[in-house]
Amino acid sequence: MTIADLITYNQMVVDDELDRLFHALADPTRRDLLRRSADGELSVSRLADGYAMSFAAVQKHVAVLERAGLVTKARHGREQLVRTDPVAIGRARAALDELEAAWRGRVDRMADLLTSPTRGEDR
Amino acid sequence: MTVTTIDKDTEALTLTLIADFAAPLEAVWELWADPRKLERWWGPPTYPATFVEHDLTPGALVTYFMTGPEGDKHYGWWKIGTVDAPRELTLEDGFGDADGRPLTDKTGQLRMRLFEHQGGTRMELHDRFPTIEQMEEMLKMGMEEGLREAVGQMDALL
Repeated sequence: MTIADLITYNQMVVDDELDRLFHALADPTRRDLLRRSADGELSVSRLADGYAMSFAAVQKHVAVLERAGLVTKARHGREQLVRTDPVAIGRARAALDELEAAWRGRVDRMADLLTSPTRGEDR
Repeated sequence: MTVTTIDKDTEALTLTLIADFAAPLEAVWELWADPRKLERWWGPPTYPATFVEHDLTPGALVTYFMTGPEGDKHYGWWKIGTVDAPRELTLEDGFGDADGRPLTDKTGQLRMRLFEHQGGTRMELHDRFPTIEQMEEMLKMGMEEGLREAVGQMDALL
């Protein structure tokens, strides 16, 4: 395996992980589940009480969140308690921070162009 | 002086940005509408953008590529939604192949509006968090930019 193969392979693994993360975050019910699971005190059935949808549907959403690494489940007596993983949420936040940095750079360049429109034109 | 406020909603994956420019509204619109001006700010200096097709009419496909430090090319596109020149532009954006064909149907959503504000122009922008492919590209380029800025700050200190 060459270095390039290895980088490609790593990239694929990262892509796959992030893909799951953003798929999980793209649904309003799942985002709500993340908020309600912040303290890690609710079981799937308690979480399901808060929605009009079936227990099975809520269970599916929790499974998507779990695969994305956004929540973990911990056994507590006969119940499985769901807890939001702050590290994963932090990754989403970090991605938004990067987006912010990109836009700040763009706005700075726009302002430069507006104040000295000919600068750098001959590059 | 450009005043920028940025609001990030982690759960809705959107970024809202407000920037004030000391320039007339038409001049700010031109930065989007004129591809030669657009390519001087869209990509960071380390990944300058070249717009291949550019037509701000509803439904049109705008194509561009960004050239990385190793000569690597990253192709992107905009699909124009609504246009109310010189005040409002909405578009979907994503990454594509060398022919400008979208690589994926998952896209980011951008809405840009301009207002006359205190003798200058206010730009209000909503960017829905991009998809995984775009985000990966964005992260790579954003980090480059962050580093460049850090280096610039170091230069200023020396």
